[in-house]
Amino acid sequence: MVEFPERRSMLSIFIRRYCSNRQAILGAVIVGLLLLAALCAPLLTQYDPVYDQDYSAVLASPGGTHIFGTDDLGRDTFTRLVYGSRLTAAAAILPVAFAFCVGVPIGLYSGYKGGFIDQWIITRIVDALQAFPSMVLALALAAMLGGGFMNAMLAIGIGFLPAFIRITRAQVIQIKNLEYVQAARSIGCSDLRIAVVHILPNVMPTLLVQITLAMASAIISEAGLSYIGLGASPEQPSWGSMLRTAQSYLGTQPWVAFFPGLSISIVVLGFNLMGDGLRRALDPKIKD
Amino acid sequence: MKIIIKRIAAAIPVLFIVSIMVFLMLQLLPGDPATVILGQEATPEAVEAMREQLGLNQPLLIQYLHWLGNVLQGNLGQSLVDGTSVNDLIAERLPATLELAFGSFLVALLIALPCGILSAARPNTVIDHFCTFISLIGMSIPHFWLGMMCIILFAVELGILPASGYVPFFDDPVENLKTIILPVVATGFRESAVLTRMVRSSMLEVMQSDYIRTAKAKGLGERTILFGHALKNAMIPVITTSGIMLAGLLGGLVITETIFNIPGYGKLIIDSVFNRDFITVQSAILVSAVFVVVVNIAVDILYALVDPRIRLGKEGA
Repeated sequence: MVEFPERRSMLSIFIRRYCSNRQAILGAVIVGLLLLAALCAPLLTQYDPVYDQDYSAVLASPGGTHIFGTDDLGRDTFTRLVYGSRLTAAAAILPVAFAFCVGVPIGLYSGYKGGFIDQWIITRIVDALQAFPSMVLALALAAMLGGGFMNAMLAIGIGFLPAFIRITRAQVIQIKNLEYVQAARSIGCSDLRIAVVHILPNVMPTLLVQITLAMASAIISEAGLSYIGLGASPEQPSWGSMLRTAQSYLGTQPWVAFFPGLSISIVVLGFNLMGDGLRRALDPKIKD
Repeated sequence: MKIIIKRIAAAIPVLFIVSIMVFLMLQLLPGDPATVILGQEATPEAVEAMREQLGLNQPLLIQYLHWLGNVLQGNLGQSLVDGTSVNDLIAERLPATLELAFGSFLVALLIALPCGILSAARPNTVIDHFCTFISLIGMSIPHFWLGMMCIILFAVELGILPASGYVPFFDDPVENLKTIILPVVATGFRESAVLTRMVRSSMLEVMQSDYIRTAKAKGLGERTILFGHALKNAMIPVITTSGIMLAGLLGGLVITETIFNIPGYGKLIIDSVFNRDFITVQSAILVSAVFVVVVNIAVDILYALVDPRIRLGKEGA
């Protein structure tokens, strides 16, 4: 018998374990700040990210009224960064939400049912999808779909599908033969109920880590696609398209490239730290 | 031997599905591919000619079989821009990308091996935290931004390296190294991040195994244990990661080649995308996917060769 020294809910144990890790807290703070900036963008700056073009201060260096300088159209870099956090937050959420909503049901079905469809169709398609280098796949899909921010989101999301299907499937296969699942089956629960109510909650911790890390990589992919010119349009204040603009001024106005890239790095670092923190907090093998 | 045959046999259905996916990609183009490729202002005759050229008037299955037949014979089709053979285009662009890929891989190894081994030898010390921090940074900085910062520092401010361009190795080896060093470091640093973690966790696991404890117990020096005993076994999972990474580098280099203006494989894909040369895009993607599958087979075989447990285990069963 296992003795419990003190009764605590799983959630409170999780929160305590997560918060005992300083890096994990830093990650959560960074992600929180991103969301805050996205929500409160108009409160943080007096300019408009697209229409406020100050032609007397084109490519101004940082300082004065424009603390991070201005771009080639005289738009305030700080303002564009702040509004860009909305696109960055969207870039983190949309592809991952797509991969989750499509990949997890497929993985659940595939892992739970097994058999021909699982072995010969789903697994093979996942293998085939994984054969494409992710950036190449995203690039090609975005191009074929016609470019633009939403198509880029879809392209990146499709790239995440194999990972979500695989992880869910592998977890379900491990869990489905546990006694509590057999118990559920023996009292006559339907397959759907067993899969969604009994198995899925136990797959979630692993998925949660995957979600966070996928968000980090989605932000980089979105920036990459926008940098190439297949993501957000040039006037949209995406951090990636800001880097695209900056490319022309590397030799003369290097600060134009500095701030958007730094913002991407910090936010991605935040998601990565959070993902690591979640993994540690949720891994039963790691002791407090 | 059995493993090799088994592994290759398993790859065939994957390649088959890959081919279907790549084929269907062209169908993704919104509307009629011929119109999309030619643009809205094309005359109906031109569109009809293009449809004929692409074989779009035939049923989808026939189109696919026709295309697959050509591909299997090594004919990837003609570029829609100037009619050159896509085979030639790819062959022309591949050397630069292969050089960058192996260069980045080398940089990644040079960073990851020392960092990973050091971290594992001194877990939870300042060294370990420092190496873990470096790998976190590597994972978080977009490599194309790192590339831009390198250009600003080394090409613009210090003026010691060229900002962009590419000189083939056989034309001028010194210039060649000068042009690839920045892209290779920028890409390699990112790749090193995952590898460092892999080396660290793999080493840590091996260090806890019984035979290492035996080696410690009989009083062997730390260096002998680390490099003579632990490293070999710890490298096994690292080989797998390296293979996958090398294959994935093709993707990572797409953007690197754009920043540094290197006429490689990735640049070919991007240029073709913007020239609406979807036949070249399609072929280039197919080739990169086949490349990944082949590298993975090679890694699995290498894995079996290096690790007698896998080789003997499978044959014994």
